[in-house]
Amino acid sequence: MIALQQSTPAPDPLSVPSNAPEHCPGTESELAGKADACAGCANQEICASGQSRGPDPALPLVRARMASVKRKILVLSGKGGVGKSTFTAQLGWAFAADEQIQTGIMDVDICGPSIPTILGIASEQVHASSSGWSPVYVQDNLGVMSVGFMLPSARDAVMWRGPKKNGLISQFLKDVDWGTLDYLVVDTPPGTSDEHLSIVQYLKESGIDGAVVITTPQEVALQDVRREIDFCRKVGIRVLGLVENMSGFVCPNCKTESQIFKPSTGGGRKLAQDMDVEFLGAVPLDPRIGKSADYGISFLDEYPDSPATTAYLDIIEKIKEQLGD
Amino acid sequence: MAAPAEDTPVGRRLKNVKNIIIVCSGKGGVGKSSVSTQLALCLRASSPTARVAILDVDLTGPSIPRMLGLDGHPVHQSSDGWVPVYADGSEARLACMSVGFLLKKKEDSVVWRGPKKNAMIRQFLSDVRWGDLDYLVVDTPPGTSDEHLSLVEHLAPVHSRLSAVIVTTPQAVALLDALKCLSFTRATSLPVLGVIENMSGYVCPCCGEISNVFSTGGGEAMASREGIPFLGSLPIDTELVTLLDASDVSKAEDTASTSDGEVRSFRLLENYEKTPTASLFKTIAEQITRTLASRQSEGDVAIQQTA
Repeated sequence: MIALQQSTPAPDPLSVPSNAPEHCPGTESELAGKADACAGCANQEICASGQSRGPDPALPLVRARMASVKRKILVLSGKGGVGKSTFTAQLGWAFAADEQIQTGIMDVDICGPSIPTILGIASEQVHASSSGWSPVYVQDNLGVMSVGFMLPSARDAVMWRGPKKNGLISQFLKDVDWGTLDYLVVDTPPGTSDEHLSIVQYLKESGIDGAVVITTPQEVALQDVRREIDFCRKVGIRVLGLVENMSGFVCPNCKTESQIFKPSTGGGRKLAQDMDVEFLGAVPLDPRIGKSADYGISFLDEYPDSPATTAYLDIIEKIKEQLGD
Repeated sequence: MAAPAEDTPVGRRLKNVKNIIIVCSGKGGVGKSSVSTQLALCLRASSPTARVAILDVDLTGPSIPRMLGLDGHPVHQSSDGWVPVYADGSEARLACMSVGFLLKKKEDSVVWRGPKKNAMIRQFLSDVRWGDLDYLVVDTPPGTSDEHLSLVEHLAPVHSRLSAVIVTTPQAVALLDALKCLSFTRATSLPVLGVIENMSGYVCPCCGEISNVFSTGGGEAMASREGIPFLGSLPIDTELVTLLDASDVSKAEDTASTSDGEVRSFRLLENYEKTPTASLFKTIAEQITRTLASRQSEGDVAIQQTA
C-alpha cells in the first residue's frame, strides 16, 4: 500500500505561491527564518526554530512511491539545446518497444518542458484520482509526467523561483501514480541548479542507477558538460556514459559529411577520456530527427535505416549493458 | 516612475549606462551567447567611440568568456568595485563580466540554488565598475526562472532603459519555449526589440546545397503572429562557430600583457567581420540601434513636456 497524504488535485502552475515570500530561502536552508525575505512570513517562527530543517516530510512518501520503480536514469547536460529531451524520448520509446517493459518519463524542466511535444501528447491533461495524478500514456507501457500538461496554454510561462520548482518535483515523485515501472527516465533542464539538486536529494534514498550525459562536439558545449560531470561526482551519481549528439552532418544532396559543430578540442570522445567516463557513441545530425520531434513521432520507428537510428540503438544497448540488464 | 527608486546600489551603479539589452530565449542552445557576443561586437564597431559591455548571468553555464577568447582571465578588485575584463585590451571599449572568470578550474561546477544566484546577480549589477556605457548587453540562461526574475527585479530602477531581444531556432520545440519567453517579457513589461531566428539553414561546404537542419521560417512567422518586429534570420555559419569556439587561449594566462590582449581582440573583431554572418548581423544591429535611438529621443521629448 502506498502512503498518501490525501488526494491531491492537479496544481495550477500559474497560481501565486501558497504563502511563501518570493525570496524564500527554502525551509532546509541555513538561512531559513533568518533571511531578509523571511520578515513577515507566516512561517518564519517555525523555520527559525530549526524544526523544519529535519528531513523533508515528502521523503518517506517519495520512497514509498519509488519502491516499485526498478531503474531510475537521469538524462543530463550542462548545456541547453543539445538534445536531452529528444534523447530521453528515444530512450523511452526504445525501452517501451518491449511490451513487457513498463517505462515512465518524467520531465523536470519546469520552465521549458519539451517532452509533451516530442512525444506527440502536447494537448493532454493530467487526471487526478484517489491514488494520485495519472501520468499521460503515449502507449500502454509508456507513461509521462510534465508540467506541460498542467498549463492552460502552451504559451504560458512558468515564472518560478527555486522553492516552487522543488515543490513540484517532489510532487511528481510522490503524488504521481507511476505504478510498477521497469525504467523511469528523468529529463532535466540545462545547468546545475535547483531542479538537479532536488531530484538528486529526493531520489537519494531510493537510489539513482545512473546518469546519461549528452553533449555536442564544440568546446562551448563541452565546457558546460565538464561542469555537469563534476556535479555528478560532487553529489555521487554514477555516470553511465557520454553521448555526443549533432556529430557531423551528411548533406542529403551530395552525401558528403561535414562538421557543423566542429570538435575543436577533440569532441565528446576526448572529454570522456579526460574525465574518465564511458563514451557511449556519437549520433550524426539528421534533420529528420528534429522534424520527428516537432511532429511528435518516434524517429527510431519512422526511419529505421538512418545511420542516426543505428547510433541511437547502439547507445541504448550500451546503456542497458552498463545497467546490467 | 518615482525618482527615489533610482537610489539603489544598482540604480546608482548603472546611472551612466544608456541602454540595457537583455538577450533571452526560453530554449537552451539556440545561440543566445553567440548572438550576445555578435551584438556587442557590432555595437562596438557601430561608432569609433561606442562603449559596450557584456554581462553573462548564465551562472551555471557561462559561455561568454570562451567566445570572447578570455578564458582563464581573473577579475581584479579595486576600491571602486570589481574591474571587468576588457576584451580589447587598453582600448577598453568592450568590457565583460561572467562567473566564468571567478572559477578556478575549467571543470568546476557552480551548483547553486536560487538565493545564491540572486545574490551573485545583484553583485554583478551593483559592484562591477562599468563606467560610462552606451550599451550593456546581458546574456541570460535558458528558461524563465530565478536569474530572469532577479535581473528584472534588480534592474527595476533603470526600467526605462531596458529592452529585450528574443533568440530562437526555427523548429517547433524551440518556438514553444520562445513563446514562453515572450510571455515573460509581457508579464514583466519589458519592451521587445524583436526576434532573431538563428540556425536557419545550413549551406553544405561541398556542394552548396542549403539544408534546413532545424527547419526554417518559424521565427518570422512567430514574430508576425505576435506583432513584434522580426530582426532577421541567421544561417548556421561554420566559420563563426569555429571562430567563437576555438578562441586562442594559450596566452590567456599571460594576463599582464595588455598589449597582447589588444592585438588578439582586434583579431577577434577583424576575423568576425570576415565571416558571412557579420554582414547579416550588421543590419540586425542597425535596426536595434535605430529603435533604441528613436525611443531615447521620444523619451527626451516626454521628459521635456513633463518638465
